Amino acid sequence: MNIYWEAFLSCFKIGCFTIGGGYAMIPLIEEEFVERKKWISKNDFIDILALAQSAPGILAINVAIFIGYRLKGIRGSITTALGTALPSFVIILTIALFFQNFKDNAIIQHVFKGIRPAVVALIAVPVFKMAKTAKITYRNIFIPIVSALLIWLFGVSPIWIIILAGLGGFIYGRITNKTENR
Amino acid sequence: MSIYLQLFLTFFKIGLFGFGGGYGMLSLIQNEVVERNGWISASEFTDIVAISQMTPGPIGINSATYIGYTATNSVLGSCIATFAVILPSFIIILTICHFFSKFKKNTDVQHIMQGLRPAVIGLIAAAALLLINEENFVDYLSWIFFAGAFLLNKYCKVHPILIIVFAGIAGFIVYGVF
Repeated sequence: MNIYWEAFLSCFKIGCFTIGGGYAMIPLIEEEFVERKKWISKNDFIDILALAQSAPGILAINVAIFIGYRLKGIRGSITTALGTALPSFVIILTIALFFQNFKDNAIIQHVFKGIRPAVVALIAVPVFKMAKTAKITYRNIFIPIVSALLIWLFGVSPIWIIILAGLGGFIYGRITNKTENR
Repeated sequence: MSIYLQLFLTFFKIGLFGFGGGYGMLSLIQNEVVERNGWISASEFTDIVAISQMTPGPIGINSATYIGYTATNSVLGSCIATFAVILPSFIIILTICHFFSKFKKNTDVQHIMQGLRPAVIGLIAAAALLLINEENFVDYLSWIFFAGAFLLNKYCKVHPILIIVFAGIAGFIVYGVF
């Protein structure tokens, strides 16, 4: 089988069956490309994952582009990105086409009245989970609090928060490095 | 400006500045799509998050595809928004691949990430806070749904899909039957 086609199918399959967002896709991508196809070594995959997480954009797409590039350069990366994105594109487009028609239906309205606050809770939970993994201490807890308040109360664009936080980390790192080198 | 160009630029921006995974992108998408451009309402946005949780694929792709369609009422809009949200990834990842070994050991990159990680938590918190509004919280029952979902997910580790299904059924019973 042509390697492009094979890589496309692998990504398409993963894109079809991973419910629950990009993070759920990572172990499947590893299983497929590292364990089964052996196209990428375990260590390479760990490096790719770390880099994909520090780049902006959709994590699963970033990983797919990395793997595709390793396999067959730019054409390979287009193949894997397309394979990863296509299933959700088709499914959501289908839903969008139909949802418009019955979203005003009374039953659907009632169902979504229950779902909406629950979804807001599902967005709130990772805040507490991530606070643990991101090593939030009393010294840096002002960063998430100030960021959230600026966006929520003052309508500041998250883009500015991203730029400021990145810049802050960069400058802080440069200063601490200098004092350590002395 | 044509709506298609606007759509392209907006989702390109989301792809370019969307750090911290799907949830991290939420406040960015919400800010651009609901607050700035008014393409969808806050409750429609919440619905997209619910649908994204229950369907395969990354939330970034799902929202681009859905909003691209609703903003323009055309499949072309879907294609443009989805393409635009992926494009920055291509440019950035291919650049990283080019300087792979240098990038990996770069301490500046690590420091930038150290600044970004706590901010992303704030971004997610902002997304949740912005969605606590009159559109999503229609009465006191909404708060019971919120508290129930929060506790089930955080302390009982109930899967998000199950929680959404439960909340939907409960919503139907509470609002529809009574």
